[in-house]
Amino acid sequence: MTGYTGKGLRVDLSTGKTYIIVTPVSLCADFIGGRGFGVKMISDRITLSYDDADMPLIFATGPLVGTAAPTSGRMSVISRSPLTDTVFDCSVGGRFGTELKRAGYDFIEITGKSSQWVSMIIKDSNVSLVGSDNLKGFTTSETSASFGNMSCAAIGPAGENLVRYASIVFDKHYCAGRGGLGAVMGSKKLKAVAVKGSSAISVMDTAALDAARKEIMRLLRASQAVFGEFGLSEFGTAALVDLIHSRRMEPTQNFRKTIFDNASEYSGYRMKERYKTRKEGCSGCPVLCKKISSNGEVMPEFETVSHFGALNNCSDLEAIVKSNTICNEMGIDSITAASTIACYSEIEGISVTAEQMHDLLRRISIRSCKLADALAEGSYRYAESKGAPEMSMSVKKLELPAYDPRGAYGMALAYATSNRGGCHLRAYPVSHEILRRPVATDRFSFEGKARIIRISEDLNAVVDSLTACKFVFFGASLEEFAKAFNSVTGSDHNSQSLLKAGERIWNLERRLNEMNGFTKSDDDLPARFFIEDGSSSEMIKISAINREDFLNARNNYYRIRGW
Amino acid sequence: MPATTTTGYEAGKDKMISHIEKYTAKLVNQGLSMPNEVTMMLLDADISANRPLDDCSPELLGVFDRMNINSLLFARPAEPYWTIINFLLEHNDKGARSNKIVPQDCETRTFFHDIPVIEHFSSDEIYEALSARKSVIIRNRGIASWGHVSLEQAFVSFSSTCFSTYVKFFDDMLQIFSQDNADEQTAKQLNLALGLLKPSIPDFTTSTLHKGSAKTEIEALMMITEAGKAVVRHRLVDSFFGNISVFLNEKIYISQTGSSLEELETCIDEVPIDGSSSAGITASSELSAHKNIYLTTKNKAILHGHPKFSVIMSMHAARTASNEGKCNIFGMPLVSGDIGTGSRGIVNTVPPAIKNAGCALVCGHGVFTASNDDFNAPLTRMLKTEEYCLKECINILRACCPSSLTKFLPNLYN
Repeated sequence: MTGYTGKGLRVDLSTGKTYIIVTPVSLCADFIGGRGFGVKMISDRITLSYDDADMPLIFATGPLVGTAAPTSGRMSVISRSPLTDTVFDCSVGGRFGTELKRAGYDFIEITGKSSQWVSMIIKDSNVSLVGSDNLKGFTTSETSASFGNMSCAAIGPAGENLVRYASIVFDKHYCAGRGGLGAVMGSKKLKAVAVKGSSAISVMDTAALDAARKEIMRLLRASQAVFGEFGLSEFGTAALVDLIHSRRMEPTQNFRKTIFDNASEYSGYRMKERYKTRKEGCSGCPVLCKKISSNGEVMPEFETVSHFGALNNCSDLEAIVKSNTICNEMGIDSITAASTIACYSEIEGISVTAEQMHDLLRRISIRSCKLADALAEGSYRYAESKGAPEMSMSVKKLELPAYDPRGAYGMALAYATSNRGGCHLRAYPVSHEILRRPVATDRFSFEGKARIIRISEDLNAVVDSLTACKFVFFGASLEEFAKAFNSVTGSDHNSQSLLKAGERIWNLERRLNEMNGFTKSDDDLPARFFIEDGSSSEMIKISAINREDFLNARNNYYRIRGW
Repeated sequence: MPATTTTGYEAGKDKMISHIEKYTAKLVNQGLSMPNEVTMMLLDADISANRPLDDCSPELLGVFDRMNINSLLFARPAEPYWTIINFLLEHNDKGARSNKIVPQDCETRTFFHDIPVIEHFSSDEIYEALSARKSVIIRNRGIASWGHVSLEQAFVSFSSTCFSTYVKFFDDMLQIFSQDNADEQTAKQLNLALGLLKPSIPDFTTSTLHKGSAKTEIEALMMITEAGKAVVRHRLVDSFFGNISVFLNEKIYISQTGSSLEELETCIDEVPIDGSSSAGITASSELSAHKNIYLTTKNKAILHGHPKFSVIMSMHAARTASNEGKCNIFGMPLVSGDIGTGSRGIVNTVPPAIKNAGCALVCGHGVFTASNDDFNAPLTRMLKTEEYCLKECINILRACCPSSLTKFLPNLYN
């Protein structure tokens, strides 16, 4: 079957042995690739602890990876989250997925635990494990640099120290950021995976793929959110700073307020002006949303800039950029890190200065003191240890990103029902509630949102499995990506049949979470959102969410899902 | 007919129904269908519809059951759209039954690619077609379309299907007649369509809008809202085909992307012209063209819409003119209509034309008009251009018509 290499790599770090395994045809047919592959592959071991030797860490590419389809350079990392205890996947960019596939593998499944620090090196069919005690303590960029021009997935000190929200950093600044999969890698004593491939990727019908690509590109060029004057291509995701501010749904001071007066100090425009940023992007991506300063420093994404800004009461752009750099270098998730420190600030009744923030981030990454050790557990465990779990602004122990749910009710429901916890990307209702894509919906209403969220969850499960970029869907749709998928694989899918696969993946994730004790009671928001108003203006009222309406919508969602 | 719902909690039910009633009214008010010809269904946990579910076709309910969507619209288009669509189907067939219509206007090419055609009003066929496209034409029955976020998507797809087939019909006719390929049957079809055309023709009597340039933000918002209602009321465009802006105090006030022109009250973005805020990420996708016009001219108000005959004649002119850059229609320069920022993109082609002529006709796309104060002149210019294009279209068809067939083309709209 074209679009897949037909084989994967299984590595047992306990024995140091590697195996080539066949990619099952049924896996491709039913679970597409990427996230779908990983969720299915982990399903028989999901009740193991994240640090059990048999718990797999999976790197999976998708059928579009390495082809001419736009945004075809992504891949997924899957395991069980040390932070949320749920099944967890991260979609990640860079060029690792493309190199892995060009090396001849659809996926890598890593199990076992090494007795010493090791790194895995893949050069086409040559796979080796090399001792890496010498890399212990290295930052992610230092680790990556030690593998020359190979694409590299590395953990930093945070992963080594099993910080529950340690990330895996690909190609120096593309993060599998959320959920602590870096700690899974650290528990196996795997410091890095470096890969270089040289084979061409086979495609069934290049002419049809070219036609699909042109349709997608025409739609992207017509999308204000992607290629518009203020779109992602120009400002990166930081383009959202001004918009979310203007909608008064900007999480501020640990979600105590929803407006931060100084947000324009760190807007996308300000960042571009101050750092003279250039565009960079994942392999195969025309959008190039990653912004790099003139001296090579990576600019923070919207979630990061807002959480190190408004959430922590900081308007100093340079301090925010430095916080982001520390997170990338030490290998921790910037959203959870910023939110955990905001939670700490509220509980202690303090305001953390920029210098204290930077110091805390470094300390957390190496668990260097009692406080850092407590904060390395994430906001929920920290707040619970202080007898105030309600101060953690999280769902299923995953800290909420930078969209206050009181300003977008679909987002409120999507946070609650998300299989991986408080995540904006599972259903991404910001698309229609804020960005008006594909059309606008009433952000202050739960009306119809249960079904919209269900459809979007299925859709994004497909997107993560293909493995495409969600931003492309601000312009294109599954209609065009079904064409691209068919032209690559020779399948006969349409948008509806792909959504069926998405539903299959979503339901499997839900079942896996149930196997680990999750119930409907976990599909809930912190109490703050139901009892405290946000920051209203004369024109925009940000009220506490009506709990009865929320529960009705959640109940509708369950009925629609058939649960 | 009152909308109904199966079950569901009260507050939700009322809102679902009002949503259905809103879009049913839009279809009717914009001359796209008749109330008793419309089936509109919206699904959350329960189905709401504009008629009792027992009266909804089981075939449509079957489609709804199988698709992962939240809204479904089926309607027979009003005249002249339905006659026009049927002609296109017959003409397309040429011996074999055609399974799609491929319009050439800019919007449809970008967002629709093509429009599938199916033979039977069956769940299976409708499902297959709608699984791959946003709308489908069902022979002898009507148009079906869907949404996965809102009924608005289904409405826009239905409206776009009517618009694009209308434009294609007249564009095809101009080609057939000007290439001397018309036969009696074609002339009769054209005559039939022309006889039914009136409901789709704009009201060309001019309106008086707010006079003078905006002096306050509130005035700017009011002017945009008023102009939006006017272009829809005149039937120059359907709800979603255009964008409008005012320039005041170094800020552009512009309709948001995908906003309904007759409902702009809460859908206007404020965009600093120096680019210092990216809150305009939700502004119309043609913001950059508006911005470049304001940067290079003294205009204070810009109106953009997609009147049908202006689009039709722009395509005809581009095909027949030897040099597009020097071509103009009714004093309006014709420019290329690529979407985006390339050299032939409207962001680069429209501003110079506006600077020189105060207006521009974008090939296969629509009209830009501007003024240095209010919307009176832009609206009048758009109306006059559309009226001219309608007459010119018919004049060309008559002029190209073989003498043996002129009896089939009465002297309409002169």
